[in-house]
Amino acid sequence: MTSDRVVRVLLKPVLFAAALTPIVWLAWSVYTGNLGADPLADVTHETGAWALRFLCATLAVTPVRRLTGWNRLTRFRRMLGLFAFFYATVHLLIYAGADRLAGLDLSNGILSVQTAVALAKSVVDDVRKRPFITAGFTAWACMLPLALTSTAGWIRRLGGRRWNLLHRLIYLSAVAACVHYYWLVKSDIRRPLAYGAVVVLLLGFRIVWSRVNRRVSIPQPATSQRSLR
Amino acid sequence: MLIKRPPDIRSSDITDKSVYVGRRQFIRAAAGTAVAASGLAGAERLLEGATPAPHGRKLENVKPSPLSTTEKPNTWEHITTYNNYYEFGTNKDQPSELARTLKTEPWTVVVDGECNKKAAWRLEDILKGQTLEDRIYRHRCVEAWSMVIPWVGFSLSDFIKKCEPTSRAKYVEFTTLYDPKQMPAAKYGGLDWPYVEGLRMDEAMHPLTILGVGLYGEVLPNQNGAPIRLHVPWKYGFKSIKSIVRIRFVEKEPVTSWPRQNPDWYGFYSNVNPNVSPVRWSQATERRLPSFFTNMKTQMFNGYGEQVAGLYAGMDLRRFY
Repeated sequence: MTSDRVVRVLLKPVLFAAALTPIVWLAWSVYTGNLGADPLADVTHETGAWALRFLCATLAVTPVRRLTGWNRLTRFRRMLGLFAFFYATVHLLIYAGADRLAGLDLSNGILSVQTAVALAKSVVDDVRKRPFITAGFTAWACMLPLALTSTAGWIRRLGGRRWNLLHRLIYLSAVAACVHYYWLVKSDIRRPLAYGAVVVLLLGFRIVWSRVNRRVSIPQPATSQRSLR
Repeated sequence: MLIKRPPDIRSSDITDKSVYVGRRQFIRAAAGTAVAASGLAGAERLLEGATPAPHGRKLENVKPSPLSTTEKPNTWEHITTYNNYYEFGTNKDQPSELARTLKTEPWTVVVDGECNKKAAWRLEDILKGQTLEDRIYRHRCVEAWSMVIPWVGFSLSDFIKKCEPTSRAKYVEFTTLYDPKQMPAAKYGGLDWPYVEGLRMDEAMHPLTILGVGLYGEVLPNQNGAPIRLHVPWKYGFKSIKSIVRIRFVEKEPVTSWPRQNPDWYGFYSNVNPNVSPVRWSQATERRLPSFFTNMKTQMFNGYGEQVAGLYAGMDLRRFY
């Protein structure tokens, strides 16, 4: 279908550049003061939304590959997943920096041990106290080991089976991200529900697929012998 | 690739037709939803600047007030493009676009309940002979952002006195206009309409509590709650109800919109209180817009404690949040 070379030298760089446009656009808007009265809200919401979109895109790779038979699609999955992690990390850092850190008493200096401890305490308190932050932090924490073990070396070290098992954490991450979104909105829940529906479908596809395939791929010798008779 | 699947036997050879046809239907539905969702994401507003309100009629004979803060007010542009008015959409910039359909003339406020002068007041009659004052107030939203806003208005107590509430009037209940024709986005707001707010009688009579009719010396723009609204600067912004069509004097504490929607997040009093943060937001600090960073500690009663703390003497503000 598509040659390996086209994927490597053309499609992957294009996807990489495209995936960076939201952050470049946001950085530019912050720099030029183009964001209106509440730039922090805009930047927080946008990075969170893009993390969720990339999560959905990553989860869509397998279903689309199975439906279209375009197996090279898998070549993009790691990049999509890492971009989900990237946007989620920026989202988390903005929250930790602009919301938590900036609200602290910084009289000891921003790079002091006291400040680091106070920041950690402030974030941990928030994660424990506010369910929507708990969910969001869970979504990010589930992605962390996946990003760390995303290299070929780690796949070898863990072995395909264990690696695959570990990377099912993305399912939990996607669900937690949707819950985070649902719990944070005040009253208009249309958009969180739309993302939730997409994630449910993408995960549901896997369940249906594996059930159908199990029926097919596990041969039952006794039955087949009987049918031969 | 490192993970290889052995080539399968053609699945159509072994899978019952009804199974894979059902599967395809499922897949089509799934794909359809995915496409719809990506379209939704694409249609999301791309951070374009909203349009500030056009400048309105200049209000006459507006007096300065000693109750004004000397802090620097936010700009007209920010105040008129960034606020919550859920009847006109739940995004902060939506009211600036959608409140154009709000018709503010003629405007009537119905006064009823426990009072001697039940009447439907025309706005002109409410304002007749009433001295207007500049009230530059801190505005603290429950979402942990704040602004300084030069409102124009007059004491609510002046108006309440004209209504002659009886001794049974313990609370005042306010209602916002609800007209789905003028407010087509309201159905997505997730609140029971119309919007209802309330104050205890002594809170309503407090000199800081005003009925607002202007901004920056001009007639109030639609998105900011025209033509007449409430300002209670020591409470979270949502208490300061907009576009009031009804004022009712009641004996029992009114059930107001946000506590009804989510009693864990909101209470009837909703006084600004850095020590009480029910569930959703930490209220200890705030962002004075347009700052990118959390840049100040939130003050008890939004800094109006000297004037209003006495109203709550002896009350457990952790319980009555």
